[in-house]
Amino acid sequence: MNPPLVQPDRRALFAGFFKIGITAFGGVLPLVRRMMVDERRWVDDRDFTELLGLGQALPGPNVMNIAITIGMRFQGVPGALCAVAGLMLAPMVIILTLAMLYDHYSYSPTLKSTLAGLASVAAGLLLAMGIRLGLRLPRSSWRYVVAALTFVAVAVLRLPLIAVLAAMTPLAVACAWREMKAAP
Amino acid sequence: MNGALLLTLAWRFALYSLMAVGGVNALVPEIHRQVVELDGWMSNAEFSSLFAIAQAAPGPNMLFVTLIGWKVAGLPGALVATTGMCLPSSLLTYTVVRLRDRYSQSQARRAIERGLAPVTIGLTLGSGWLLLNAANAHVSGWLLSAATVPLALRRGINPLWLLAAGALIGWLAGF
Repeated sequence: MNPPLVQPDRRALFAGFFKIGITAFGGVLPLVRRMMVDERRWVDDRDFTELLGLGQALPGPNVMNIAITIGMRFQGVPGALCAVAGLMLAPMVIILTLAMLYDHYSYSPTLKSTLAGLASVAAGLLLAMGIRLGLRLPRSSWRYVVAALTFVAVAVLRLPLIAVLAAMTPLAVACAWREMKAAP
Repeated sequence: MNGALLLTLAWRFALYSLMAVGGVNALVPEIHRQVVELDGWMSNAEFSSLFAIAQAAPGPNMLFVTLIGWKVAGLPGALVATTGMCLPSSLLTYTVVRLRDRYSQSQARRAIERGLAPVTIGLTLGSGWLLLNAANAHVSGWLLSAATVPLALRRGINPLWLLAAGALIGWLAGF
């Protein structure tokens, strides 16, 4: 049996997301799941999947959307603010420190080479993430067409994102709608 | 600090906030188009370095936006860009959570979630492709990126190790 669920207070919301902020390297969402479902028992697995779906369907930083949703659920708006503050506090301080160091040493050829190597890997990681998401997609032709058109529009034609979204979102949602009507 | 510049940053990132379908990574091509190609505020190398620093640092990948703001307008720029990035989408989330009970099971929401998934994938692949081009001025960089992809696709390898290896290779090989 799983231990019973726990209702976090504001301090616990801050602490939980603070820990995520300082420990999350390259991919926050798996850590959020572990913290909220396994370690602190705020929500169960099904609930988390629902939360994740909502956080990803809404625009903006996914993990912040989750922090807001969970904070509001347990402690209203103050809870959401505590969760977001916990999440952002340490990473903001760290990234601003790194930015200052970067400004200070950006003339250094050693730093330039190091960052160039780092950047090549970071680009490869992002491409791999896109490939991994693509492999998980249900096999259907409209999904491939939508993904390919979106890719070509932003990466090859370099069209403004707002135009791409204005064209692709209605098309994709209409296709999904037809699919749901055909096989509910 | 230039007030008009900060206003521009605030306005743009507030718009981006609502366009970040599937997360901040989807915005990379648009931010690049704006700050590198149109405004010339930074070079390709600086842009991809900032992305890499945000990836290597702890915390949400939204910190890339903080660094872009910093590069353009210092500390005020960093704060303005981050706030602009977070505020509109957070307000939207707040509103949706408020209304959620009514809409959570609705077919419209499921159609939106399903429809957006392939758009997100196209955007993520586009971001990856764009960064490959911005980060890799030489063939050695392309080789390093190409070696990263299969390793990243295997489960159980912490991406932090790959980033550390990349930094080390860049340093030793004098990229």
